[in-house]
Amino acid sequence: MNSNKRKRDTLNRPGFITLLHSYFLRHVQVFFYSLGQLSRVPISTLMTCMVIGIALALPMGLHTLLKNAQQLSGGWESTAQISVFLKKKISASQAQKIQSDIQRWPDVISVHYISRERALKEFQALSGFGDALKALNTNPLPSVLIVKPKLSQTNEQATQKLLSKLRNLKQTDKAQLDMQWVRRLYAIMNIVERGVLILGILLALAVLLVVGNTIRLAIQNRRKEIVVMKLIGGTDAFIRRPFLYTGFWYGLFGGVIAWMLVSFTMLSISAPIEKLTMLYQNQFELTGMSFLTTMSLLGISIILGLIGSWFAVGRHLREIEPQ
Amino acid sequence: MIRFVNASKRYSSGFDALQNVSFHMAPGEMAFLTGHSGAGKSSLLKLIALLERSSRGQVIVNNQNLAKVSRRRIPYFRRNIGIIFQDHQLLFDRTVYDNVALPLIIAGFSHKDIGKRVRAALDKVGLLGKEKKYPITLSGGEQQRVGIARAVVNKPPLILADEPTGNLDPELSAEIMNLFQDFSDVGVTVLVATHDIALISQLPYRTLTLKDGKLITDSQPTSS
Ligand SMILES: Nc1ncnc2c1ncn2[C@@H]1O[C@H](COP(=O)(O)OP(=O)(O)OP(=O)(O)O)[C@@H](O)[C@H]1O
Ligand SMILES: [Mg+2]
Repeated sequence: MNSNKRKRDTLNRPGFITLLHSYFLRHVQVFFYSLGQLSRVPISTLMTCMVIGIALALPMGLHTLLKNAQQLSGGWESTAQISVFLKKKISASQAQKIQSDIQRWPDVISVHYISRERALKEFQALSGFGDALKALNTNPLPSVLIVKPKLSQTNEQATQKLLSKLRNLKQTDKAQLDMQWVRRLYAIMNIVERGVLILGILLALAVLLVVGNTIRLAIQNRRKEIVVMKLIGGTDAFIRRPFLYTGFWYGLFGGVIAWMLVSFTMLSISAPIEKLTMLYQNQFELTGMSFLTTMSLLGISIILGLIGSWFAVGRHLREIEPQ
Repeated sequence: MIRFVNASKRYSSGFDALQNVSFHMAPGEMAFLTGHSGAGKSSLLKLIALLERSSRGQVIVNNQNLAKVSRRRIPYFRRNIGIIFQDHQLLFDRTVYDNVALPLIIAGFSHKDIGKRVRAALDKVGLLGKEKKYPITLSGGEQQRVGIARAVVNKPPLILADEPTGNLDPELSAEIMNLFQDFSDVGVTVLVATHDIALISQLPYRTLTLKDGKLITDSQPTSS
């Protein structure tokens, strides 16, 4: 009798290798099975994925625009320059001496010298007050040194230090850095960046809720199936699996839709943006989402889908017990 | 195979469905469980399958004290029991084949093995030709037999059946009882809950009778 029982036991259980093999096979099967289940209800699947897609496209699109704005203003930053107006009594040779002195400072890229005469000529040419100036006997303009600082977004203090150093030169009449507005722009962009982050977190939460709720409905619809699975010895992991994969698919498709929405939007505004920047004589090409950003968007979306379904399954699977 | 020691079941409503039930079934034995409606037959089967837990006393199945089987282990425990339900508990959106294959898929059998075993089980219940059909297109008796095929497909050492002949005609009922006899003959322990006294009386098996949750008679078959 004992040997009889043992014989049945070996018949009754698949071997370890078989188990391992069928475990992976089973994963692959459920992977596509859950996809098949979704394709059976294409409209509601599409709607769920659209909601996820739109929710993710919003912060992602804003993020992309912000990145472009930062890049663009980064260009402005590099054109920053300090105009040093020298005292009128400084002669041209003195001015050139100062120019070469400043040139040697480590935080200076270049110094450009504009003599009083050239300044006058340029002013006459550009301002349209040419005739009025001709009426003057003396040149009212000082000679100017245009100093290009070594600038970086992160190092504002260095620029300020350079500015005050230039101001403190005894030959300097006035020195000014006309970059306040860029600085303000940065401050605003920082705020916007933080806003986008918060928006992103809120919308990610919304995605979690959408996926969670959709999976909850799916679980309720398949209540009977779950009961049967439990009756014939299905483990929680086994029963959970198709729902988790469903969450995965929602995440993936939602992410792809978000990517398409952002890409399409960028494409449709790139032409007008280029026109706009051309007006400012600025070569600027709108950059879309990078490969890395796209991959992280998809990754985040899939993770949200998985977490959402994980929560729903964890909460609702236990409630369903065979009676 | 099954041992009840003063087992009682009180539902959360406070109702005592089983009181001080004690009996033992040897491996390979076949027995009927009978009693009036509400006597506690289903409750007793549920204790064996760990669909409910006893409130007092012990239930030992396959040498396992069920009080010691954790929630996590229940699925593995149930794989050793073939359960047949009055309402079949079939999945109507899957074919007969897929329904019967489910326990094997859950247990992780290989694809090839599954095909062999499913066909063997369907052959046993006489439904080999209907594997591609959906349960909804089958008669009540055929659905019941699909349920039986599913219960026995992974060759469990214990089969529990709750009113398996509930709404079948006498002829079909006898056929299904024959199936159970066959399983019993090859060493499977079979416990069938039914109130079909007429059917039981024709068959030479031990009968446990419940009344208001108490085991009142445990009659061995009168040898014929
Ligand atoms: N989940 C439950 N909660 C409370 N009471 C229950 C529960 N399940 C069953 N009962 C009660 O326990 C008693 C026994 O029920 P059980 O289903 O075991 O009877 P039964 O012998 O199978 O009856 P039947 O022949 O009608 O199927 C009944 O009075 C029923 O109302
Ligand atoms: Mg009952």
